[in-house]
Amino acid sequence: MDLRDLYQDIILDHGQHPRNFRAQEHPSHFAQGHNPLCGDRVTVYVTLEGDRIRDVSFQGRGCAISQASASLMTEILQGKTLAEAEMLFKGFHAKVTGAEEPALPAALEEDMERLEPLSGVKTYPARVKCATLAWHAFEAALKSGEAGATVRTE
Amino acid sequence: MTLLTPAHSARRGPLDPRAIRRDFPIFERNPGLVFLDSGASAQKPAAVIDGVAEYYRSDYANVHRGVYRLSARSTELYEQAREKVRRFLNARQASEIVFVRGGTEGINLVANSWGASMLRPGDEVLISELEHHSNIVPWQLLRDRIGFALVVAPINATGGLDLAAFEARLGPRTRLVAVTHHANATGALLPVETIARLAHARGAKLLIDGCQAAPRLPVDVQAIDCDFYVFSGHKTYGPTGIGALYGRKELLDAMPPWQGGGDMILNVTFEKTTFQDPPSRFEAGTPDISGAIGLGIAVDYMEALGREAILAHEEALTDYGVDRLSRMAGVRLVGAGQRRLGILSFQVDGIHPHDVATVLDQHKVAVRAGHHCAQPLIDKLGLGATTRASLGVYNDESDIDALAEAVAAAQKMFRR
Repeated sequence: MDLRDLYQDIILDHGQHPRNFRAQEHPSHFAQGHNPLCGDRVTVYVTLEGDRIRDVSFQGRGCAISQASASLMTEILQGKTLAEAEMLFKGFHAKVTGAEEPALPAALEEDMERLEPLSGVKTYPARVKCATLAWHAFEAALKSGEAGATVRTE
Repeated sequence: MTLLTPAHSARRGPLDPRAIRRDFPIFERNPGLVFLDSGASAQKPAAVIDGVAEYYRSDYANVHRGVYRLSARSTELYEQAREKVRRFLNARQASEIVFVRGGTEGINLVANSWGASMLRPGDEVLISELEHHSNIVPWQLLRDRIGFALVVAPINATGGLDLAAFEARLGPRTRLVAVTHHANATGALLPVETIARLAHARGAKLLIDGCQAAPRLPVDVQAIDCDFYVFSGHKTYGPTGIGALYGRKELLDAMPPWQGGGDMILNVTFEKTTFQDPPSRFEAGTPDISGAIGLGIAVDYMEALGREAILAHEEALTDYGVDRLSRMAGVRLVGAGQRRLGILSFQVDGIHPHDVATVLDQHKVAVRAGHHCAQPLIDKLGLGATTRASLGVYNDESDIDALAEAVAAAQKMFRR
């Protein structure tokens, strides 16, 4: 497999210039994602309004895959409902692990398309945890409430 | 049992890595493999692989138990392996060699036997910032049980041990110094003879983690004058799951068992049990017999190559690697103090070590990326992670060249 399937331009771009790379002063939810095997750390900040995501952002350090995945995640989750976010995470997880992707409402198909450049990860099993770190942190943030939490991927 | 000697390389003089590679089947099965991760675990020569299989085919039975001939032969092979490890470390006697699962278990044994019986609240154990987690965490666990102080000697500006600061931290309460011989994350060598002299002058005992040193340096525990020395078999071209602890006889004799079971007892009643002398006292249960025999073959293999020749090879190849990598723009070697050996830890500007390692893998170059189980050191250096190439007897300049070319390819891919 060509390495450029993994490191597509969009990944390199988001990896080097991550979007929504900022802390939030008063997030309604936040959590740290930590990969103890490589030391990658990401903090995901979420501000909810009812069950809608008003703002999601992140900070941290890690490889191109984890940074690009976090960046793309924050882009597509802006304004989504929690139910939509959950469906997108399920779809994304299937995409990067090579599992059968669940059927999604038509409204989310375009977002799923935007995550397609990360699908190259599925042939690099060691890198799946890099791609899912921010998503796991997002999920943990929602469960944690304002107290914050730490989630690990190994 | 057939005594297997190196097929292609049993000759004195400088190492011939191309011939040595023919001793290691992994290279035949994985054409083009550039293996630069021996610091994590070394590949195995056919002598070890076949020797272990041959032992199971021809000589297997439990040790120290049966009166029948096969068991006696198995016991003899197991004890021969102990004698080989004694020679490998130049211990005074074979009973100073305890077989353990690896360096980690060796340190845990010392912590839980010597440490738990000798250390008191108010005592100090002195380690260094260069330690692998396996020489940090066992002492933290014990400290939390007993309440002594764990003191850490810092690195200097170049990444070696700051010897003056180390000496300043050696005090009247220091009961044990536990340091690495050769730092796994950076390749820094520590002056263990000097450390031994300083520690003993203050009445402290000295444990050395030799996991990275044993595959590369001739090790002489009497010359170093250490009290404990541990290493892992899988890093010295032997099987996984086996390693050895050297302990000075008078210390081992006075140490209580740390695990109970068969083989380590003299007499058992429900009221009271008496224990064997070392090393049996510390080898409860059926040991990793084939692992020990495989380790014996591995150290034979290293000695057939020549320990001085291995060191000279590692030194020359390290120098070549330092020269080659330091001439690349955007590549920074992580400091290893005065003397670096066998390990090239580096960063590539703008590219995370995991991305470097993935590109390298595409070029069949196997390296490690991460904190190398030395997280406090990597944090202290402000790095987060590094890419680490580590050398073995089968590596030569072509492997370093392949590494440099693959790093250049990574730089090209990520240059935008």
